[in-house]
Amino acid sequence: MALNMNNKRPIKAMDDKFSELITTEMNSFKSKIRKPIKRLSENARVSHYENQLSKNIFADINCPTDSEGNEIMIRVKNLSKIFGKHPESAMKLLKNGMNKEEIHSTTPNTVGLYDVSFDVKKGELFVLMGLSGSGKSTLERCMNRIIKPTSGNVIINGLDITSLDEDDLRAVRRKKMSMVFQNFGLLPHRDVKNNVAYGLEIQGVPETERMEKTKRAIDLIGLSGYEDSLPENLSGGMKQRVGLARALATDPDILFMDEAFSALDPLIRADMQDELQRIQSELNKTIVFVTHDLDEALKLGDRIALMKDGRIVQIGTAEEILQNPADEYVCRFIKEVDRTKILTAGTFMKKPRGVIQASQGPRTAIKIMEEYDRNNLLVIDKGNHLIGMIESDDVLNVIKSGGVLNDAIIRDIPKVGIETPMKDVIQIMITTNFSIPVVNENDVLLGVVSPSVAAEALNAGGDL
Amino acid sequence: MTSWVGTFAEDMVNFIGTYFQWLLDIIKEVINWPLEALGSILYNIEPIVFLAILFVVSILMTKRLIISILIVFAFYIIDWMGYWDSAMITLNMVIVAALIAIIIAIPLGIWSARSEQANPIIKALMDFMQTMPAFVYLIPAVIFFGLGIVPGVVATVIFAMPPMVRLTNLGIRQVPTELNEVADSFGSTDWQKLRKVQLPTAMPSIMAGMNQCIMLSLSMVVITAMIGGGGLGEDIVYALSRVDVALGFEAGLAVVLIAMTLDRLTQSLNKG
Repeated sequence: MALNMNNKRPIKAMDDKFSELITTEMNSFKSKIRKPIKRLSENARVSHYENQLSKNIFADINCPTDSEGNEIMIRVKNLSKIFGKHPESAMKLLKNGMNKEEIHSTTPNTVGLYDVSFDVKKGELFVLMGLSGSGKSTLERCMNRIIKPTSGNVIINGLDITSLDEDDLRAVRRKKMSMVFQNFGLLPHRDVKNNVAYGLEIQGVPETERMEKTKRAIDLIGLSGYEDSLPENLSGGMKQRVGLARALATDPDILFMDEAFSALDPLIRADMQDELQRIQSELNKTIVFVTHDLDEALKLGDRIALMKDGRIVQIGTAEEILQNPADEYVCRFIKEVDRTKILTAGTFMKKPRGVIQASQGPRTAIKIMEEYDRNNLLVIDKGNHLIGMIESDDVLNVIKSGGVLNDAIIRDIPKVGIETPMKDVIQIMITTNFSIPVVNENDVLLGVVSPSVAAEALNAGGDL
Repeated sequence: MTSWVGTFAEDMVNFIGTYFQWLLDIIKEVINWPLEALGSILYNIEPIVFLAILFVVSILMTKRLIISILIVFAFYIIDWMGYWDSAMITLNMVIVAALIAIIIAIPLGIWSARSEQANPIIKALMDFMQTMPAFVYLIPAVIFFGLGIVPGVVATVIFAMPPMVRLTNLGIRQVPTELNEVADSFGSTDWQKLRKVQLPTAMPSIMAGMNQCIMLSLSMVVITAMIGGGGLGEDIVYALSRVDVALGFEAGLAVVLIAMTLDRLTQSLNKG
């Protein structure tokens, strides 16, 4: 390539080479000059920073707890946001039972949020989910007051941030929370390490400490080696890693993630989700994660809040929402999910009908089979441990030859745990065609998943 | 002959001239000082020394060897044609006028970007300044400051400022919402947000404005020859009055060469 250029356009090649040379020379000269100047301003900055540290607005405040003794990191109380001028009249109409569309057509206002309340526990990954326009991003931005709510409270760690003045709010944002953005929000003129250092820089953290913390965040997120790259030279996944590292560099308690992985390719997105889970297990932050992707919500969320038209329709764990959708809207939302992927054997198992203890006789076994109208039985011992299974033909043979029940037991039978996804249970069922026993780690029989129940599970996934 | 609109403008100019003479004197001094300081260098420097300095400066700014050689060559041609002294006067005025315009325009642009109240007013003012025919500024400029270089610089500043204000405003307004939210969510102060996020992101736009500003300064500086601004403009006005094609073309070519030089130098700032 270089040789080629030399042959064809020698003047341009020479000019390029010269340009390269002068650029590197100038850069090294600049950095030489900058260092002593930086050192001078450093002293002033350090003392200012230490001053700041001594002021802690969370000093006298205790974190509230819920009935089970969990610390509540974020409490949102009756939060409403009306966009447009004079929101009071629109609030009144809302209280009188008008809905979002009616407000939009009769007043100049738009309803962003109306009367939203929920708690986020410490260390929880809380997902806000809904279609675009449902208010999930507005809600998240109200939680760090990038958008000022019209009414209601957001209480962070016991401190009501809706009533804070600018200075205190800034202090909360610097120490307590940080945000990851959908389109990464990287500063285009800064390289990776200086992007990551942004939060620390504006706090006035001294150079050495800043670089140390930045390095730690970069290593944690797997960005080592890219410190000096500019954002434009990174792929989407790498850019969001920088965004995540920047959010973690200030060591906040709360991480707001706004559609953080939505702009990524599906494969990269799955990687990043795994990465987030890994980081979360390591750091145990409180995370509020906004997404419109149900699969993502189910994969990541400890709890999920489903939003529609500025209100929360349902809050619960993935399974609670899938099992008992609160209304039509939730049903429609979860329709597309492959339910068998999330639902586990534990959800669908029933109390085993017709089991026999190994010590009982073969004639009793036949009797029980007749009673329940089936041709096989699970065999357990006195401690309720699963031993195996008997089939009617084998039992009859044993009776003919005068043996004991023990001879008829098939010991090598498929069994599943309570956490096994239904998808896998159904896979096994296809090859065996009988009820699958569910056991715990000590082989104690907990229940069975029968073919009819499994069919129901499949069906539920199909038409809910 | 004129309506009350014109009479009003005349009254205003007379009013300012009568009661604010002290302010005008201060402005005159403020403009005169950098003109004399820079002029004392430009008017006295040996062309060969100037060319050497220009070469170094253009290498540092453009980081390109060939363009730097061409720039030096352009100024050599100006000297060779015999327009060196005129060119130095013009260059002096352009540099001072553009600097003053930039110093005023950047804060104005930032202000109009951040304030919804100031924006429409500044916008209207800029429209007025930009579209009012350039010659018209010369009239009050002469009344206020007399003949010479200073009124020329004042008229040039007014003429060259608007695109810089506009592009600064535009650049800051075009900073993606998300980047502003980044600044806010990490707890930046207003000043930090401006310094560390908005201005750097708007830099390409601001640099384009600077380039425009300098080019407009040059075109206006030539016109100010009509009120005794001197420099290459004077040669051109003289050529026009005598219908001297040769003189007009040579002086015009010198202006073009200076323009291209300034453009290449400032465009390279644009690329960082």
